[in-house]
Amino acid sequence: MSATPTPAIVQLQGVTKRFGSFTAVERTNLEIPTNAFFALLGPSGCGKTTLLRMLAGFESPTEGSILIDGQEMSRVPPNRRPVNMVFQSYAVFPHMTVAENVAYGLKVSGVPRAEIGPRVRDALAMVRLTGLEGRKPDQMSGGQRQRVALARALVKRPKVLLLDEPLSALDKKLREEMQLELVRLQHEVGITFIVVTHDQEEALSMADRIAVMEKGRILQIAPPRELYEQPNCRFVAGFIGAMNLFEAQVRAADNGHAQLEVKGVGALQVPVDHTPPRGPATLAVRPEKLRLFTARPEAQGARLSGLVEQLAYFGDTSQVYVRLGDGERVTVTHHNATRSTAAGLAAGQPVWLGFDPADAILLTD
Amino acid sequence: MADRPGPLDYLRRWWLRGWILAVVVFLYAPIVCLVVFSFNDSRRNIVWQGFTLDYYGRALRNASLIEAFTNSLVVALVATVLSTIIGALLALALWRFRFVGRSAVEAGSALPIVIPEICMGVALLVFFTRVGWPTGLVWPLNLSSVIFSHVAFAFPFVTVVVRARMEGFDRSLEEASKDLGASEWQTFWNVTLPYMKPGLIAGALLAMTLSLDDFVITFFTSGPETLTFPVKVYSMVRFGATPEVNAASTVLIVVTILLTIIAIRLQSPAKQEG
Repeated sequence: MSATPTPAIVQLQGVTKRFGSFTAVERTNLEIPTNAFFALLGPSGCGKTTLLRMLAGFESPTEGSILIDGQEMSRVPPNRRPVNMVFQSYAVFPHMTVAENVAYGLKVSGVPRAEIGPRVRDALAMVRLTGLEGRKPDQMSGGQRQRVALARALVKRPKVLLLDEPLSALDKKLREEMQLELVRLQHEVGITFIVVTHDQEEALSMADRIAVMEKGRILQIAPPRELYEQPNCRFVAGFIGAMNLFEAQVRAADNGHAQLEVKGVGALQVPVDHTPPRGPATLAVRPEKLRLFTARPEAQGARLSGLVEQLAYFGDTSQVYVRLGDGERVTVTHHNATRSTAAGLAAGQPVWLGFDPADAILLTD
Repeated sequence: MADRPGPLDYLRRWWLRGWILAVVVFLYAPIVCLVVFSFNDSRRNIVWQGFTLDYYGRALRNASLIEAFTNSLVVALVATVLSTIIGALLALALWRFRFVGRSAVEAGSALPIVIPEICMGVALLVFFTRVGWPTGLVWPLNLSSVIFSHVAFAFPFVTVVVRARMEGFDRSLEEASKDLGASEWQTFWNVTLPYMKPGLIAGALLAMTLSLDDFVITFFTSGPETLTFPVKVYSMVRFGATPEVNAASTVLIVVTILLTIIAIRLQSPAKQEG
């Protein structure tokens, strides 16, 4: 990446949206850099769709301002905004052919006739629908309709493309294909994509920056890897991937390290970025960061022991659910790296678990 | 495989065939009779005497019958256009907006459908005398009270049909249109209206049929110089059903069927193109 910071194409400043007494989005500040593939991720009802609809202009914020490319947009109607949207239902016009659908946005905004034809052709080529110009939407598959919706939005050359749950209506195989396709398109057209999704895998695999939302607030904005490896709160830790949480007390903290007393583990020193306050905290460890031993190991690092409660075999990995001595249940991802390992595990078997303190995350919220 | 009859196999059952035959006979026998006897060469019109086109000629030369026929067509045409516009606008308002008293408006708009026609007729008659609706105007203005009445009972049917059509409309289509740069009006014209079209045509067709053959309400609201076809036929039948009435009725049936065919063709232009 270049050293100069890319200017933000979208800026939200203190944006609040209330529907009656319900607050959908609360005092949100957000900057989305130009040419980003940005994901708004959160459970349903977290306000991500409301945020997207405010960017498109279908809702106006109760408070705060929305700037797109430096222009104040919060009171501008949707047809005068330099953004276009791909709807969850695709909203392809059923009475128009593919070509008419794609040409529609150009026609209503007064683009000269001579220019419309070539632009429609280019847009359809970009989403690989060349040859289907004369089809009606009811003669197409869901995946093809989505491509029409994409072409129809991209042909307008928006500054920002908004995508509302773009893959939720597709089956698994098509979804994976479309993920790659969207990333390719974003690179090709070089405009900012903002995608709303509740599917964390979708967000992690496509976006270069992700904002995790809950109850109308953005909890963390980070690149995928950072979000996964360094969640800043219990919600993000639990929402992105699986996580084992241990109650802990911060006994002491100095620069770079925290002394903890972890329930079921004992005293532990973990590296930290920010000096945590003393008192209750949560220690989080990913299932794949836990190592599983079938005999008490000699080496340091084994900190927990318990009985195998349940096994879920996935081929490359096994998910092992271990009931600890204190009653807590821990999930371990066991890599079936050699052919014999999985066969050695059975429910009721005593096992020992270990992890590197550097792989544990201290959450203080 | 042949143990249980498929849906179409039932047509081979004798009782089902009998049933279908009975339905067809009871539905269409009267109409066939009407048409056949319009060619009957007899004044009394009870026994078949021989083929003639005389009564079509007589019906054509019957000035008051032709006048009533023209009145009916004018009333039906104007009332259809007006009730389609009013009905569709009401349907759109009910579908689109939430406002205080919406359910009251909705229920109230359906009243003309459920109120007995005779009450509606009397009510309209009382209304016209009460407000002093101008009478004795020149044609076609003297039809205004009949047209008004027909619009009053026909537009709720249009509302019901259009409303039902709009229930299936995906609101994100309108949003998509605006998102792509269309104004409110462009969106209505290019996206909402095309979707409404089948509902509009069906509603208009319904209104037209209702208007064309309405007797009760028209009987109460038309003046002596503004007879419509059904009212005229009624007055003719009182002096005996001559083949002339049959002939005129047959023409009306043909007109109605033609209008229906046109409407159905308009409704599915896509299939004809493909």
